Amino acid sequence: MVQFSLPKNSRMTVGKTWPKPEGATNVRKFQIYRWNPDDGKNPAIDTYFVDMDDCGPMVLDALIYIKNKVDPTLTFRRSCREGICGSCAMNIDGRNTLACIYGLDEIKGDVKIYPLPHMPVVKDLIPDLTHFYAQHASIMPWLETKTNRPEKEWRQSIEDRKKLDGLYECVMCASCSTSCPSYWWNSDKYLGPAALLHAYRWIIDSRDEATGERLDDLEDPFKLYRCHTIMNCAKTCPKGLNPAEAIANIKKMMVERQV
Amino acid sequence: MRYITDRKRAVGKGAAGSGTGHHWYMQVSAAGLAFIVPTFIYIFGKALGSDYATVLETFSHPIPAIVTGLMIIFGLHHFNRGFETLMQDYARGHTLKISIILMTVFTYGLMATGLFSLAKLAL
Repeated sequence: MVQFSLPKNSRMTVGKTWPKPEGATNVRKFQIYRWNPDDGKNPAIDTYFVDMDDCGPMVLDALIYIKNKVDPTLTFRRSCREGICGSCAMNIDGRNTLACIYGLDEIKGDVKIYPLPHMPVVKDLIPDLTHFYAQHASIMPWLETKTNRPEKEWRQSIEDRKKLDGLYECVMCASCSTSCPSYWWNSDKYLGPAALLHAYRWIIDSRDEATGERLDDLEDPFKLYRCHTIMNCAKTCPKGLNPAEAIANIKKMMVERQV
Repeated sequence: MRYITDRKRAVGKGAAGSGTGHHWYMQVSAAGLAFIVPTFIYIFGKALGSDYATVLETFSHPIPAIVTGLMIIFGLHHFNRGFETLMQDYARGHTLKISIILMTVFTYGLMATGLFSLAKLAL
């Protein structure tokens, strides 16, 4: 349900300002969301200074610089550092994206980093994605077959394979779902752009034999039809995908089988 | 705290089995209203400010009367279904149910009043 203001224990406060690196001439200011579930305090915005002559070009490089050289308690997820694992999704300069492939040169002024919006926070920049992953599992993200032939290879034409382009690349970083106002207000019932993009990826797969069941599972005013084509998902996707188009295609298929 | 699994929470009560009908109705009525609304605004705007006899003459003609009738029926029905979607977005429980009931009563009341007024003018 919609919430127009933050709960009292989520209101932001001014945090600590960390010292500037000694002797550095090319310094950049970072304002980063901090919250520790163990200290009982409200979230705070800490200020850090990064020596850009000693730091890589991406936002993740700056976060690693801060963790290694300034504040080892700063907590964030990261793994592949090349936009494949989706771990380092966060809100950078007002946009949900992957810290590893978002260049510091794309940001004007101070760098502001928050966790993905409207998600429970585990600590600092780490959101709780449990429900998001459970929703993904609920759309059966696997090839569902009913026949046992062919026994070995399930072949696919080049044209059918092409239909999966723009869908299979999704890394489940949750940038799209957490940028969607419909998902903010109704994430308990609405599947959100990421899960729906994955649902379409399996619906459109020529080898999948559960198309009808998959569409039946989405025939719901909330699961699918909370999408109001706001397009934040397509705008923010760090991989350049278009979940809104996938959702529109599901809606089209829903209408086609009724009209 | 409810001790249920993440999967159970995500699936909830399952799919309601409806939604496409509402979606398709809104698409079709929106396409129709894209033609009806400008035509109605033109007819209404032309009659606006005229004396009673001119207004009566305008709405006595079949096309202005039919367009106004379509505007009242489909415009208000589209509005009511749209409001339902809006409330589903922002409200839950009793607030949702009561607001939908009230708006439905209001919409159909307005529709009946509009059609009665149109009939008085046109017939």
